[in-house]
Amino acid sequence: MSDDKPDAPANAGYDEWADALAEGGYYVECANGHGSLPPRRVCPECGSRELSAAPLPETGEVATFSEVHVAPSGFGEEPPYVTAIAEFGAVRLTGIVRGPSDRDIEVGAPVRADVADNEATGDRLVVFRPV
Amino acid sequence: MTGVRVAGVGLTPFGEHAGRTGRDLFAEAALSALDDAGVPSEDVEHLNYGNFMGALAERQGHQAPIMAEAAGLGCAATRYEEACASAGVAVREAVRAVRSGEADVLVAGGQERMTNLSTAEVTESLAVAADELFEVRAGVTFPGAYALMARAYFEAYGGSREDLAEIAVKNHANAVPNEYAQYQREITVERALDSPEVASPLHLFDACPITDGASAVVLVSEEYATERNLDAPVAITGTGQGGDRAALQDRAHMARTPAAADAAAEAYADAGVAADAVEVAEVHDCFTIAEVLATESLGLFEPGEGIGAARRGDTARDGDVPVNLSGGLKAKGHPVGATGGSQIAEMTRLLRGDHPNSDAVTDATVGVTHNAGGTVASAVVHVLEVAR
Repeated sequence: MSDDKPDAPANAGYDEWADALAEGGYYVECANGHGSLPPRRVCPECGSRELSAAPLPETGEVATFSEVHVAPSGFGEEPPYVTAIAEFGAVRLTGIVRGPSDRDIEVGAPVRADVADNEATGDRLVVFRPV
Repeated sequence: MTGVRVAGVGLTPFGEHAGRTGRDLFAEAALSALDDAGVPSEDVEHLNYGNFMGALAERQGHQAPIMAEAAGLGCAATRYEEACASAGVAVREAVRAVRSGEADVLVAGGQERMTNLSTAEVTESLAVAADELFEVRAGVTFPGAYALMARAYFEAYGGSREDLAEIAVKNHANAVPNEYAQYQREITVERALDSPEVASPLHLFDACPITDGASAVVLVSEEYATERNLDAPVAITGTGQGGDRAALQDRAHMARTPAAADAAAEAYADAGVAADAVEVAEVHDCFTIAEVLATESLGLFEPGEGIGAARRGDTARDGDVPVNLSGGLKAKGHPVGATGGSQIAEMTRLLRGDHPNSDAVTDATVGVTHNAGGTVASAVVHVLEVAR
């Protein structure tokens, strides 16, 4: 990960959040119950500065997805790959669907969030595993 | 508050300008706008310049003074960057400068050079407009983002790839007589449906092309136009801008674009018109689905009704409200940072009667332009009116 690339920018807040997806993950919850993702100093919905970490629901539901055939140069993931947005309670996450049935994904399908390494970029990669 | 007139417009042809520099493209558009306006360059008080990816495509930052110099303008210049809405914002800030009394004459527009990059490099450059942490790292490309919106729309309201193909067919037909359009040729629904998939459910013919080009408009105060006896019958009577969460995942509704609805509400109130007064529209159809989202946000159709508009003929040249008579981004082309200025230029030509498609809107007095950045985290809407 970023240890191999000392010059790569660190993204404090985001990196820890992505790493935690391996153990279930969390999101940022404000005093009024709005969800968001870090780094956050203020709730983008209501301006509350009372923020705390709340556990991410174990499974999410695919809200929309696309099989992408043209990847950005240097992205690493070989096209076609499936990018999806999945709803996990108060937040939605965007990730790449990985699993035996990633080509058969449907809106409404349950998925688990996880993190992988993007070896081409050295970045963390949010992945969804169909359950 | 003084009124704002469009004194002149200038465009390069949109398409591939191999070997030409961005500064040369912008100079062509700006000089042509000044000639069209009959305004001497020494009267221009500021250049408002839109550009998105010049630091990537030409490794050139700080472009505004370079463009002013290339166009022979001795004035100060500012670059505006809101992704694909860059020139729309540049025009809006020029309108505000005239209205505030700060300036009487400005040039606004933009330029983008794209075809000197490979498709993968353009894909990477355009993706910079998305949220780097939460979207780009998850493989969201520009087509991919609109594909996510298209599927969300189909889930919420229904619709089909055929409905989208009808939009592409309409806009290609509109581009045929437009001398500035990248694709002056018709396509068929079958050909659009059979084109390769780019990001499901979108195929190649749902997407705008990769384009080089520049746009410029000369905006003047009503007082200046009167004093100089300029022939400037088109006024910008309304301007509005809206914003939203950058990442699609964070939107309240992934099949709607409230930033554009907010921009439209502000522009309509500014102009003192209602949505049902709009007689012709130029909207940001970077993908076919984007035209649907745009027309619904402009209040031309209820949510869920815009998808069938092209199929029904509502937005055709002989429909109730012709949309994208220029050919739109889809067929005219989309040099990202120039597009918002190009829409003002095309709407001005349509309303004053010197556009090849002006015959479709001979009685129209109210037109609207809609320019969007990213997946519509930024939107700019303008109302243009002509005295007939």
